[in-house]
Amino acid sequence: MAKYLLLKHYRGAPASVNDVPMEQWTPEELSAHVQYMRDFAARLEGTGEFVDTQALSPEGTFVRYDGEGRPPVTDGPFAETKDLIAGWMVIDVETYERALELAGELSAAPGAGGKPIHEWLEVRPFLAEPPTVTE
Amino acid sequence: MNESLLRELVPAVIGVLVRRGADFAAAEDAVQDALVEAVRVWPEGPPRDPKGWLVTVAWRKFLDAARADTSRRHREVRVETEPVPGPGEAVDDTLRLYFLCAHPSLTPASAVALTLRAVGGLTTRQIARAYLVPEATMAQRISRAKRTVSGVRFNEPGDVATVLRVLYLVFNEGYSGDVDLAAEAIRLTRQLAAKTKHEEVAGLLALMLLHHARRPARTGPDGRLVPLAEQDRGLWNTRLIAEGVDVLQAALARDRLGEFQAQAAIAALHADARTAEETDWVQIVEWYDELVRLTDNPVARLNRAVAVGEADGPRAGLAALAELDPALPRHTAAAAYLHQRDGDPVTAARLYAEAARSAPSLPERDHLTRQAARLNAQLRS
Repeated sequence: MAKYLLLKHYRGAPASVNDVPMEQWTPEELSAHVQYMRDFAARLEGTGEFVDTQALSPEGTFVRYDGEGRPPVTDGPFAETKDLIAGWMVIDVETYERALELAGELSAAPGAGGKPIHEWLEVRPFLAEPPTVTE
Repeated sequence: MNESLLRELVPAVIGVLVRRGADFAAAEDAVQDALVEAVRVWPEGPPRDPKGWLVTVAWRKFLDAARADTSRRHREVRVETEPVPGPGEAVDDTLRLYFLCAHPSLTPASAVALTLRAVGGLTTRQIARAYLVPEATMAQRISRAKRTVSGVRFNEPGDVATVLRVLYLVFNEGYSGDVDLAAEAIRLTRQLAAKTKHEEVAGLLALMLLHHARRPARTGPDGRLVPLAEQDRGLWNTRLIAEGVDVLQAALARDRLGEFQAQAAIAALHADARTAEETDWVQIVEWYDELVRLTDNPVARLNRAVAVGEADGPRAGLAALAELDPALPRHTAAAAYLHQRDGDPVTAARLYAEAARSAPSLPERDHLTRQAARLNAQLRS
């Protein structure tokens, strides 16, 4: 098994096919979307492939060390940041192909008009433990 | 109470319940329940016959569950309707359990999870922690696996090779969580080796022992990966090496070579060298030739190319590497190493950095980055 991160972007990914901002959806369309995500996670738990899912607030703060005895410096949020992570799902699957298949299904979550969003998701493999047998 | 002693009894107890007519999934659940009770009550009053105690308690748990199930679904208890298989079977219960849990209808991950629970006696939580997934996910993986094998007869003959692949996977996963998977794999393989005279079971056991012997030297105090050539051989466990070599020699003497015996032979040759310079690379290349002949595995070919680089010089190694698919995992890392040995630090540093970017694990990435950094620092000075 290998773990993959299915990464959802607010910004930075190519535009979705059904690219209507969420605030323009009907309340029913929003509910259907949320239900789809819940059902998807529940189904993956049932297949033994679910690890984690989290959503992030779009606004963040940049922080850095500013020297001994000084408080860290903060900056942002930057409205112009090109790449902005919205959230993720972590899956544990047999093959890379299975990871792609599941990402494809997640991208079919319904949006405006009840039609699939066709959102671009980024699939990133986790770095694993090194194998015991090396030669 | 010794938990591993308790867990050793698990497969036999499941076997007793199945022979009494319980189906495998229910028997396995009942034995897990009995284990939980054993952990609770044994410290105060350990039984004189632990196995008998487990059988009694597990059978009671099974009957309770079956009755609850019957009253819930108004269904006959299968125990009372199905014939009990006759005694005097040729294959023992523990061995049957290994076959069932590694059944070819299971995916590798399901077979691993089921083996660790039903043969290893680990709890779902322990297995979930070891594989870094939520307990609910692992519980589902195990119950799906049980459903998949529910139609398989317990006494159906099995293939040892499928069992060995599962045990190898467990061993190679390394160590995470509170369960030492490598040690658990060795325990399960040792138990299997006691049940069957199959040469490859011995080969796999030897391979595991020889690699496990080197574990204290494989990582530095800061967690970094220490390559074989740089390991402090004084840290190797000589007792495990001696046992591994004995097990391997007994297997090889039967003259039915297989891939695990060949891999163990390579590990034994490394273990035999007091220093990295004393390694018998010519013999190692010969064993890789055997391994390639037996498996035609591209990873074996890649490792062979590195061994050729040691036996016949880095140029010969690079020539062997050039015949392989550059997309193979660790191909770039092998090329970097061989160029470094060939006295070309510029190319080596570039390839190490490239290999680091595609490394499949964090310790490997750190190691490759460190190699590149070291060469770049030398080149600057």
